[in-house]
Amino acid sequence: MVMRLNDEEQDILAGRCGPVARQALQHQLKVGEFFGAEDFVPVTQAHIMADTESLGEAGVRWLEGLAAAADGQARVRVPTITDPRGTDFAKASFLGQTSTMLELERRAISAFEKLGVTMTNTCINYQTIQAPTRNEHVAFGDTGVVIYSNSVCGARSNFEGGPSALAAGLTARTPRYGFHLPAQRRATLHVRVECAPSSLNEWGALGGVIGRLAGDYWAVPAIEGIERPPRSDELKHFGAAMASFGSVALFHLVGLTPEAGRLREVASADLPSHRVVRDDIDALHHSYRADGLVDVVVFSAPQLSLYELRDLAGLCEGRRFAVPLLAVTSPQVKPDSDRLGYTARIEAAGGTVLSGMCFYQSYAREIAEANGWKKLATNSTKLVNILGGYGYSPMLASMEQCVDAAVSGKLT
Amino acid sequence: MIATARIFRARQSMGRTVRGHALVAQDGFSARYDLDRIAGVFCRPGHKLAGQSYVGKILILHTAKGGVASAWMLHEMASRGVIPLALVLNSVNPILAQGAALADLPMLAGFEDDITAAIPDGSEVEVNPGKSVLTLIT
Repeated sequence: MVMRLNDEEQDILAGRCGPVARQALQHQLKVGEFFGAEDFVPVTQAHIMADTESLGEAGVRWLEGLAAAADGQARVRVPTITDPRGTDFAKASFLGQTSTMLELERRAISAFEKLGVTMTNTCINYQTIQAPTRNEHVAFGDTGVVIYSNSVCGARSNFEGGPSALAAGLTARTPRYGFHLPAQRRATLHVRVECAPSSLNEWGALGGVIGRLAGDYWAVPAIEGIERPPRSDELKHFGAAMASFGSVALFHLVGLTPEAGRLREVASADLPSHRVVRDDIDALHHSYRADGLVDVVVFSAPQLSLYELRDLAGLCEGRRFAVPLLAVTSPQVKPDSDRLGYTARIEAAGGTVLSGMCFYQSYAREIAEANGWKKLATNSTKLVNILGGYGYSPMLASMEQCVDAAVSGKLT
Repeated sequence: MIATARIFRARQSMGRTVRGHALVAQDGFSARYDLDRIAGVFCRPGHKLAGQSYVGKILILHTAKGGVASAWMLHEMASRGVIPLALVLNSVNPILAQGAALADLPMLAGFEDDITAAIPDGSEVEVNPGKSVLTLIT
């Protein structure tokens, strides 16, 4: 299908707005026509995932080429922010990252800044920068950001990978397909939850189980049985895991999330239906248990909120860690964590608080080799799903169990 | 083309025509989660293609999985020539389409039948995005 372009879009495509905007629109046309988009929809915000492990030298050169072509003129046209970087420069030597990695990061940051991108370096922008509102069309990267924004905020976004999110920032629009369309937001499966998750790892595991059931980007679960309004951090882990295990971008919690006051508002009566029980959550946990020995404890993916850091600081009181414990947060939360004494309490126990990165986006394979980290304990269901591919033996447990493991070197 | 060729029509298509050997599995695909991108092999334990090289193969898989990194990673893999020849999936998410667009990687998606069951592993196939068809040659 050939997309319908308005006068402004035709001007961009003809190069009358410069070569960078034209290149961005050409990329968006390829994607939009692949998915049968009829036209573009204006967006108000963009969020770019662009760690340099993903970009590599080729991606950084591509960015630098755009920045050079822009020549200080073509810059993003809507607020455009960034997902975590591939390092915390202040802690890079502790992580065992090389000067080559850091130089690549610096070059990427410089190119983004020339394009007018705001370096927020966070995957919890809905908690820290500006949450989108219902029906607000946005172009967000990071699957955890998209699923939270779509589901909890009622905003409209597809998964926008880095090149497409940057293109949306440069053109202030994105192809209208997928979750920008009301019909695509209706449920495709019904899930009844017959257990009550309590800890963040249990919320994540529940999300992971539902993600596996859905199993596809275009699947939209309508979920019943969640009896109390979850907290933002609970839905953060729930959604991030669902997106990670199933590539899911939208869920509805009946009676809780904005588009699903009642089941019939988002679902027809004949949807395939599934039950999730306590055994399903336990089975997912057990599938990520090795012999219990732990090389490193990591809290990350998504970055920790101030409340999570407060809880972690409380658990670190009076403890002394035998293995490294890493807590990763955003540059927006870190100053408050410092000011309120949470960072000092975590680090007094031997932990390290990092900012502006995410563990799996920070050369996870290389830092494992540099530090001898293989057996990793975390309360992030998203993280255990990712790290198997990086050579780790990840283990999933509660924040309390993970802190105990940092003290004893063993997860019990 | 020999008389036994079979043609499968895709609903979504992108890129140039290529011909090569199929690497097939009823499993997902994510560049970050599943691949050792330096060695050019599937490395995720439990993936049905774990240990197998994908370089120069026409990858035929069920669906896109995981996060947004593939949008950059396909481009990076292409820059080193350590990349599949084409991607063919039953269902694709925007990330793989965006990544294929940047990497200039041919892709087909959306078939009437389960394409991973229809194409034998190792067979010779042609991906023709211009006509939105996958042809099983031998």
